[in-house]
Amino acid sequence: MGNLSEKYVWEVPVRVTHWVNMVCILTLSVTGLYIGAPRTLALTPSEYVMGWVRFVHFVAAYAFAISVASRIYWAFRGNRYARWQEFFPILTREGRWHMFETFRYYTFLSRQIPHVTGHNALAGTAYAVVFLLYLVMIVTGFALYAEHAPQGTLHTLVGWMFALFSNQGIRLTHHLTMWLLIAFAIHHVYSAWLMDVKEKGGVMSGMFGGYKSVRERN
Amino acid sequence: MGHTDKGDGTDSVERHLDLPRIFAERGISRRDFMKFCTAMSAVLALPVTLVPKIAAALEADGRPSIIWLEFQSCTGDTEALLRAANPTVGEIVLDVLSVDYSETIMAAAGHQAEEARMKTLKEQKGKYIAVVEGAIPVKDGGIYCCIAGKSALDIARDVCGNALATITVGTCASYGGIPAAAPNPTGAVGVKEAVPGATVINLPGCPVNTDNLVATVVHFLTFGKLPAVDGKGRPLFAYGKRIHDNCERRPHFDAGQYVEAWGSEAHRSGHCLYKMGCKGPETFHNCPIQRYNEKTNWPVGSGHGCAGCSEPQFWDTMTPFYKRLPNVPGFGVETTADKIGTGLAVATAAAFAAHGVVSAFRRKDEPEREKEE
Repeated sequence: MGNLSEKYVWEVPVRVTHWVNMVCILTLSVTGLYIGAPRTLALTPSEYVMGWVRFVHFVAAYAFAISVASRIYWAFRGNRYARWQEFFPILTREGRWHMFETFRYYTFLSRQIPHVTGHNALAGTAYAVVFLLYLVMIVTGFALYAEHAPQGTLHTLVGWMFALFSNQGIRLTHHLTMWLLIAFAIHHVYSAWLMDVKEKGGVMSGMFGGYKSVRERN
Repeated sequence: MGHTDKGDGTDSVERHLDLPRIFAERGISRRDFMKFCTAMSAVLALPVTLVPKIAAALEADGRPSIIWLEFQSCTGDTEALLRAANPTVGEIVLDVLSVDYSETIMAAAGHQAEEARMKTLKEQKGKYIAVVEGAIPVKDGGIYCCIAGKSALDIARDVCGNALATITVGTCASYGGIPAAAPNPTGAVGVKEAVPGATVINLPGCPVNTDNLVATVVHFLTFGKLPAVDGKGRPLFAYGKRIHDNCERRPHFDAGQYVEAWGSEAHRSGHCLYKMGCKGPETFHNCPIQRYNEKTNWPVGSGHGCAGCSEPQFWDTMTPFYKRLPNVPGFGVETTADKIGTGLAVATAAAFAAHGVVSAFRRKDEPEREKEE
């Protein structure tokens, strides 16, 4: 038995980048779907539907890139729940055991709910993969965007992509990774809800206020 | 390109033919010539003040010899050059360049032809310009393309390796093109890959745009060096901008007006071909400005999407030509990324919904520590 206490887990940069990412991913997915398969929405050529959709897409892309970069920075500066070690439990023996335990719970093989203060081991691993997907999206997206100015700074930064991959391959990757992130978002919302219900740690509200309910052993 | 047979000592005579006289003979006025020089300065994005310099360079004697090699090709680039309805100034500029060897159009044949090449190779070593049309097969020792008993690879090494510079005309010579399309049975490659030591400037396109070829030569004659190139060895004046960014249909793209079916009202109205698989957004070429066949038209202008022909491996990477995105490998021919993605999203949602239902009915899950009620 332990006393229930409120613990400050998610610091401000973690929460801000989380919600900025969410808004950006939603915006980028909706605008991206239109850019990938547009409908004729304009009656005259003097309208600017695709122009605005692309403008929103690019602005959201910059916001997203800055947010992801900030979060990576915070992985080296933040508290223990924000640190990069949280995302690579696979590196330690204890972490691998937590991953196995969590996997057993998720697949109904165990009734023991893993109670951790920060991310559970599988969630942390999933976020490491998701951040990798973020980086893929940012690099492929800015590479495609840079093509409007092939002698520009941005193209110098990401132009190496075109030496390694075909242009259409980069486009396809950008498209498919969006779907992987949409699938992740579905999983993410469900898992957060599940853990909120079962674990009773207040993980959902924790992402707004920063506090989670933690029981301490006497 | 009539004056090609140089095996018999007419060389020196021809070298001293002055351009103004040739123009007069062919009915091209001084005014036409200056118009051409002005147009060239525009193609090369040079200030108009350089027009006299271009004119002087073109009129000066000292044009380099050219050896035009043809390997795995359809002769489309030669055709693009030759099929001009009227003799253009550009054609004559190339004409008086002293084309010492060109399989398609030279009068000499057999040993005579080979002699002409060897002569230029020996006498003009390091001073002539090689123009290459067609890919070079390197598989099995290069046996898939042989001329006069020598493989294309050996000829290219010999000719391009000793040239002042090599201009590749068309995508095949630049990057392997259609002969190099998967599975590339002959191991076809472009000149730069076949002869890495050569100084190569790539003029891809299917076919090459003659204006760009002439402009490259004019640049060389005017400044004594080749124009600046991009990462794929293409001159920036012709390949520095995307087709999409200079396209006459671009306003329809930005507005949001797309062709959805061939022959539809939108198609006839000249709307954007983006949804019909146009590869203008990923292709760098000056087609919208230079156009083909004496600036008559170009593919997108005539209602067909860009096939991306001036990009490396376009036959493999730009296909399917009539779809925006490539097919996803391993998922069957007609399966698009969006179908797979929708399937993935639905499957994920279904899996977690099932998990949720099971979770809801499991009431005895235990937290590691007991709850305080």
